[in-house]
Amino acid sequence: MTQHQLDARRMLCPLPVIRTQQKVEALTTGDTLAVVCTDPGALHDIPAWCRVNGHEVLGIQEQDDEIIISIRVGEE
Amino acid sequence: MQQPRKAAALISGGLDSLLAARVIQQQGIHVEGINFYTGFCVEGHTHAIRKKDKARPKRNNALWVAEQLGIKLHIIDIIEEYKDIVANPKHGYGANLNPCLDCKVFMVRKAREWVERKGFDFIITGEVIGQRPMSQRKATMPVIAEESGADELLLRPLCAKNLPPTLPEREGWVDRERLYGFEGRSRKPQMALAAELGFEDYAQPAGGCCFLTDAQYSHKLADLWRARGDRRYELDDIMLLKVGRHLRPRPHFKLIVGREDGENKFLQGYRKQYTNLVTISHNGPLVLVDGDVNDDDLLLAARLTARFSQGRDSDRVDVQVNMRKGDSKTLQVAPMAGDAIPKDWYL
Ligand code: SF4
Repeated sequence: MTQHQLDARRMLCPLPVIRTQQKVEALTTGDTLAVVCTDPGALHDIPAWCRVNGHEVLGIQEQDDEIIISIRVGEE
Repeated sequence: MQQPRKAAALISGGLDSLLAARVIQQQGIHVEGINFYTGFCVEGHTHAIRKKDKARPKRNNALWVAEQLGIKLHIIDIIEEYKDIVANPKHGYGANLNPCLDCKVFMVRKAREWVERKGFDFIITGEVIGQRPMSQRKATMPVIAEESGADELLLRPLCAKNLPPTLPEREGWVDRERLYGFEGRSRKPQMALAAELGFEDYAQPAGGCCFLTDAQYSHKLADLWRARGDRRYELDDIMLLKVGRHLRPRPHFKLIVGREDGENKFLQGYRKQYTNLVTISHNGPLVLVDGDVNDDDLLLAARLTARFSQGRDSDRVDVQVNMRKGDSKTLQVAPMAGDAIPKDWYL
């Protein structure tokens, strides 16, 4: 189980989701990933993508204009 | 027990692909969704940029559809490969710069490659014969199936009864009798089926699924190509076409003027890549310069920047010019009068 980070700042939805998906494909069940983004659309889209694909949102932090969404990779 | 057959559904986020997927799910088929991102999709972007759009729900329709269906959704980035489709569509454009038929062929071909890789059995789309003038006609249905190489693996559940049986039907994986024969431009059959299946709050895109069906957007893209002398674009270019007011005062440069806070903030992300102007004596927009400019051009750009600032009625406005190369200077200019700006500068 490892922790990873993804910089998706300045990307507009659905790019943060696409980059998250690509990153998650290379990870294994139980790994965690913190996605840093700036498009508020990601607040909705990344959790929706997680629900649809069986991953868990561990938490969402908002600092200034940055949003950090932490997720745990689910089973294949 | 036998594994269920598996289908990949092209999910645009609209009602038709939602219905097509549900109809096939109801026949005991395992369905997963594929959604393509071309860079032109109406999804997401602009509502995150402009304040006035903030109140609108910020949902991604394809994800929402997948959630309604309870299926996985794979979003596929086709930004790079799509550039050639937009620049050189074999079947030409629709009313604007939308290469719908080539686009459909390409997406179905990508889906075919995907199902082969993932061991799925067939592909479904929400296409309806006669629904769209360019890409969804009786004559184009076989073109899409053939040119994509999907052939008999491509099933359109909403109009299957008006088309020859495909492999999934002939093999009995799906029951053709429980598919539909929708045809024509009317949306009524889809709405009735949606009600029957219990879907209420679905998206109804008017023109199509992307910005290329938008006349003003296409006009700006055509202008970009003309100015560059070739049908090329980068992702940043087409993102910026969605933001701000665009003016081309000279053939070799254009200005992108933020219209409000949200846009200015978005444009700020491009400050290092573009020469930019901002008023310092008054509140005003951030303005990006696309193209190589000389001192006269900058003066003109500064006067236009002043025009769109709160100093528009003042005699003098201080405008800071930040060059792409890093140096900056301040120009004191008289704002350009509104009626002195030729209408055809606005893109
Ligand atoms: S509207 Fe855009 S995304 Fe939809 S088929 Fe036409 S070109 Fe493709």
